[in-house]
Amino acid sequence: MKISRRSFLKMGGTFALGFTALPGLKAFAASGLLKASPDPKALAGKKWAMAINMKVCREKGPEGCKECVVACHQVHNVPDIGNPKEEVKWIWKEPFANAFPGQEHEYLEETVKGQPFLVLCNHCDNPPCVRVCPTQATFKRKDGIVVMDDHRCIGCRFCMAACPFGARSFNFRDPRPYIPKLNREFPTREKGVVEKCNFCVERLAAGLSPACVEACRHGALVFGDLEDPNAGIRDVLSSRFTIRRKPELGTRPKVYYVV
Amino acid sequence: MYNARPVIIGLAVFIGLTTFPIWRALEKAAPAPEPELDTPAIQQMPEKLCVEATPTMRARHMQLLGDWRAGVVRDGRTVYAGQAGKKYEMSLQKTCLKCHANKDKFCDQCHDYAGVQPDCWTCHIAPGENKP
Repeated sequence: MKISRRSFLKMGGTFALGFTALPGLKAFAASGLLKASPDPKALAGKKWAMAINMKVCREKGPEGCKECVVACHQVHNVPDIGNPKEEVKWIWKEPFANAFPGQEHEYLEETVKGQPFLVLCNHCDNPPCVRVCPTQATFKRKDGIVVMDDHRCIGCRFCMAACPFGARSFNFRDPRPYIPKLNREFPTREKGVVEKCNFCVERLAAGLSPACVEACRHGALVFGDLEDPNAGIRDVLSSRFTIRRKPELGTRPKVYYVV
Repeated sequence: MYNARPVIIGLAVFIGLTTFPIWRALEKAAPAPEPELDTPAIQQMPEKLCVEATPTMRARHMQLLGDWRAGVVRDGRTVYAGQAGKKYEMSLQKTCLKCHANKDKFCDQCHDYAGVQPDCWTCHIAPGENKP
């Protein structure tokens, strides 16, 4: 059989291509991610959001009720350092004037003026923290939740400077000794990383609603998918007048307040 | 060969000196560790199966854990189809350490021997650690 130089080179080229592609293919097949899938129980959404009915919180909740805060901080191993300068918080209460700067005036109704407002990460649709993160440690998931990948966080705190809501806390020291009761199902953080509310992604993945929503016995917190027209949160948003924190900054927060 | 005697002696001394750290280490090499599988959770298993076969786990557990980390944190994939089609939750604390509850005898032994210092435990809680 006679082979022309042309076809010999073609065949040689094909073999060489096959041999160079093989290790790559093997590595790909060995990658564990091919065998990984989401939990079928997981709550799926396209645009998770929260509505906080402060009227219900004020009227039905007992004075100084902090059940949602306690539940969240317990589930996520949030330390209680005691020093306000090093405070770590995921969800907390802020006076009205601080939560909604520019909205307060001296003749404001007494039920709102100076009253504590529940605040947390707004999981902005246009998150400035994500844009500034140099390692993509913080990123927006497909379902709209802005999460931290603390494996990648280098502690530069750009995100803290970028967040207009002060929703992020830095671990100035090892938080372990300051965690009153350790939840062994969830990791802690370490010295030198930033943390914040994660909209309970670990609970959503297991088919549970966020810890704060579950903890509120009066239903002041409503969590749901904005893209789902039948979701409870859409009811709240279409039937009540709601406001968001600092909408003028264009970050498009996804935590809505019934004042 | 000119000056064979001093050259050969010199070479022998040179090789001896340069390889000194190697044969010195050989002489008193630490015994290879044997990770212990004796935990109550493993003892109770009818068929002692890990997520993947033992040789795979031994050689590639770090890649697997890295894939799990990326899958869970960045992709929201939390269920892993392991060997024999068994499903596992992809979690160091909730899956790996539930069976391998003896971190010091399972993880640390080999890591110390190999001189690697994985920084998993600064955040992830090992069993028995920080008992409140």
